[in-house]
Amino acid sequence: MARLIKTEKEVEGRYTEQWVVVEEDVLDQWPAGARRVVGRPATRVDGLQRARGEARYTADVQLPGMLHTAVLRSPHGRARVKRLDVGRAMQAPGVRGVLTPRELAARDAADWPGEPSVGPHASEVLTCEPGYAGAPVAAVGAETFGQALAALSLVRVDWEILEPLLDGDQAVRRGSLLGEPRRYERGDLDRGLAEADLVVEAKYRTQVVLHNALETHQSVCRWEGDTLEVYTSTQWIWGVRREVAEALGIPADRVRVVCEYMGGGFGAKNDAGDHTFIAAELARRTGRPVRCALTRRDENRATGNRNATIQRLVAGARSDGTLTALGGEFVNAVGYDGFSPFTSGPMQLLYGCPNVRTVDYGAQLNTPPNAAFRAPGFVEGTFGLECLLDELAARLDVDPLELRRRNHADHDASDERPFSSKRLMECYRRAETHWARRAEVRARSEAPWRRGVGLASQVWYGGGGPPSYAWVRVGPDGRAAVITAMQDIGTGSRTAMAQIAAEELGLPLDRVDVALGDSARGPYASISAGSSTIPSMGPAVRSAAADAARQIVEIAAQRYDREERVLSLRDGHVVSTDGGSWPLEEIAGLLGDGQILGKGARGPNPAGMRVLTFGVQVAEVAVDVETGEVRVERLAAIHDVGRVINPLGARSQVEGGIIQALGHTLSEQRLLDPLTGDVLTQTLDAYKLPTIADVPEIVVEFVDQPDTHLTNLGAKGLGEPPIVPTAAAIANAIRNATGADVRSLPVSREEMLRALRETRGRAEEPVGASTA
Amino acid sequence: MLELRVNGGAFELDAPVGTSLADALRDRLGLTGTKIACNEGHCGACTVQLDGVPILSCITLVHSVGEREVTTIEGLRDHPLVEAFVRADALQCGFCTPGQIVSAAALVETDPEPDRDVIRHAMAGNLCRCGTYPRVEEAITTWRA
Ligand code: FES
Ligand code: FES
Repeated sequence: MARLIKTEKEVEGRYTEQWVVVEEDVLDQWPAGARRVVGRPATRVDGLQRARGEARYTADVQLPGMLHTAVLRSPHGRARVKRLDVGRAMQAPGVRGVLTPRELAARDAADWPGEPSVGPHASEVLTCEPGYAGAPVAAVGAETFGQALAALSLVRVDWEILEPLLDGDQAVRRGSLLGEPRRYERGDLDRGLAEADLVVEAKYRTQVVLHNALETHQSVCRWEGDTLEVYTSTQWIWGVRREVAEALGIPADRVRVVCEYMGGGFGAKNDAGDHTFIAAELARRTGRPVRCALTRRDENRATGNRNATIQRLVAGARSDGTLTALGGEFVNAVGYDGFSPFTSGPMQLLYGCPNVRTVDYGAQLNTPPNAAFRAPGFVEGTFGLECLLDELAARLDVDPLELRRRNHADHDASDERPFSSKRLMECYRRAETHWARRAEVRARSEAPWRRGVGLASQVWYGGGGPPSYAWVRVGPDGRAAVITAMQDIGTGSRTAMAQIAAEELGLPLDRVDVALGDSARGPYASISAGSSTIPSMGPAVRSAAADAARQIVEIAAQRYDREERVLSLRDGHVVSTDGGSWPLEEIAGLLGDGQILGKGARGPNPAGMRVLTFGVQVAEVAVDVETGEVRVERLAAIHDVGRVINPLGARSQVEGGIIQALGHTLSEQRLLDPLTGDVLTQTLDAYKLPTIADVPEIVVEFVDQPDTHLTNLGAKGLGEPPIVPTAAAIANAIRNATGADVRSLPVSREEMLRALRETRGRAEEPVGASTA
Repeated sequence: MLELRVNGGAFELDAPVGTSLADALRDRLGLTGTKIACNEGHCGACTVQLDGVPILSCITLVHSVGEREVTTIEGLRDHPLVEAFVRADALQCGFCTPGQIVSAAALVETDPEPDRDVIRHAMAGNLCRCGTYPRVEEAITTWRA
């Protein structure tokens, strides 16, 4: 009998309550350690298709009669359209549809001669009062992308240019905020500071970085009868389905969203996006399939970013390193729209400090809206906090690893909950080997290069939650298919789901297929964001496989005259404790064309517990103290994410996160034109992503112990944890190497030289001035 | 009409002057294994070989190819590097991967056992946002295994 219960669900630090129906018997978790399939390295089940260029991405969808779209975007951070003249564009060769903002479409439609079917048609996502450079103002659909671009160049706009607000601090002063400031306090910060033997204060800044997934944002929309097909590069098929249905005012089942292969998202593709609505509207107006794909340049202007932060932090501690106080004022320079990330999260969660006070401001600016970017807020907040802790450790002369152990949080002090599992101490223990290299690394310094080692801890979410569903189908050939309308954004979730089903069904991995990526072909699946795909979808897949396995055993018991309890599934057979063994295809084949159908759902999260992921990274750097060049030479990462499903894919995830973090720490920075607010770093030439030549030695370890409270798997997510502590670990290694405190990302040569100069200045000052 | 030699075959196609090789391959010949990620010569996703030399097809005009043989990922589908990339897990989203393999195939053709520095030099023009670089290095180091 189905039970209705309430559970808590979290995506990227935002909690909501969720009703969930629990039907099946709760499955016991598998014991810790590698199983037959789960916990063993598996190459990607779709690896060959991707490597051979056979996988069809949204970018490869070519439909007969498909139109292409070019979008006119505001070159000004803040402006008003006084007049928009699309007359010549509408008559340009190949043009089949023109969209303008609603106000203008209504006003101007009468002005233009020619074919009314071409337009101008109204689009809700186009604006005549752009609040950021890159905001979409008009769109043209034409037979070829070249024709669309040519027509776009014929559009004339008279702008009233207004002064843009571009600075986060200034926005806070002027009260230009998105939502109320978020305030948090436990204990009493002032008392904690008074009790401290030493107080350190510092201001940290992090820059704006751009996602730059290699497949740009794009959608192809086609009407098939009364159903809209949306091929799109998305992290959430079901989110797009709902958004598009609501925008068009049609039932959600009249929208089919397809994303079988996806060229990366990193948080920027959680929503449908303007391009999807533009394509859908043009498809409706023209009756043709329509592609709207962003160019790389537009990708970097208008599809989100990791927002900049300004962090004013204070920490107080006793002389033995015990924290008495942590305080922070965090300004998130969100942009024109978006969300204010939980940048104070690490300060609240990472340490057991009794007195903590934080405030987060979300500054509204005339810059492109932010979007979630791999652990939004926590990457930035961890940089500030973990650097401050090392500044504290240096002044107290306490070993940084020891300082962290001393302040370990045994429970979530922000709301007095126990952790569902936490093996950070084990991560610290394993970090010792890497940490012990300090003396040897420093000794390898050789003018002008100084070498050093630094570390930083990681805390982040990754527990996932309901609802999520899967079906498992076993056919007469003894093969199984997992069917669910989830997406694999490149993280290897297709492979992990196949492993989980294979494990439960006692099948080799190559006898399990996974059908995903199509809302018309499977049940509801959750978003691939917030490190939630495996912890949300994995348990649903296991329970569906278990349902199918139970039916197989029931059939075999009757057919072969055994008791169910003596039967189990192994190596593609049903085996009996008395030595009987029957191939699965023999049992499934009994049914002729019949199929065995299992269904499964994600159960609730553990009540009253905090589900988090943990880890530590140790960085080794070399700094040229004459030029300010920083080279990262080695990074060791140890993470606790519960059970690891696929150690091969998991290692890749960690390496990938660290490499993105390297870019964030050393080379990447979105630059704006200070007059217009437009993005200057629009190309992959101007915007410096790491290349293969920038990659240091990376060592990856997992604690790999199931979280016994979390689902039938005990597995947490891993997409985001590895990017969280890297910047701080590198900055702390720089301090160890040079004594300089870098406080601003990226650590450009300019910032490195500034920090070195500041250290030299400090060395000449009288000491002890800042001890409380 | 333009004649293009691709993956051992000859194709006739009609493309306006100014068409890039990448667009011709993808849109006219349906060879969508070649990806376009920047369309201006900055990322390497569109790498194909012309007579064995890796080039960026997004900034190569199809009319400039002439007699030269174009090799795309579709022409390398059975190259041992493909297996090596999968074995080493040298792909995540896979969008950069065809370009990586085409570059790597040109590299091992001239230097079957490239060392780390050679790999890093030859592959530095193939960006991967997912960060598969350590795996790419491993795949190229072990491609004959
Ligand atoms: S697509 Fe050709 S180099 Fe980027
Ligand atoms: S695998 Fe995603 S960009 Fe390389």
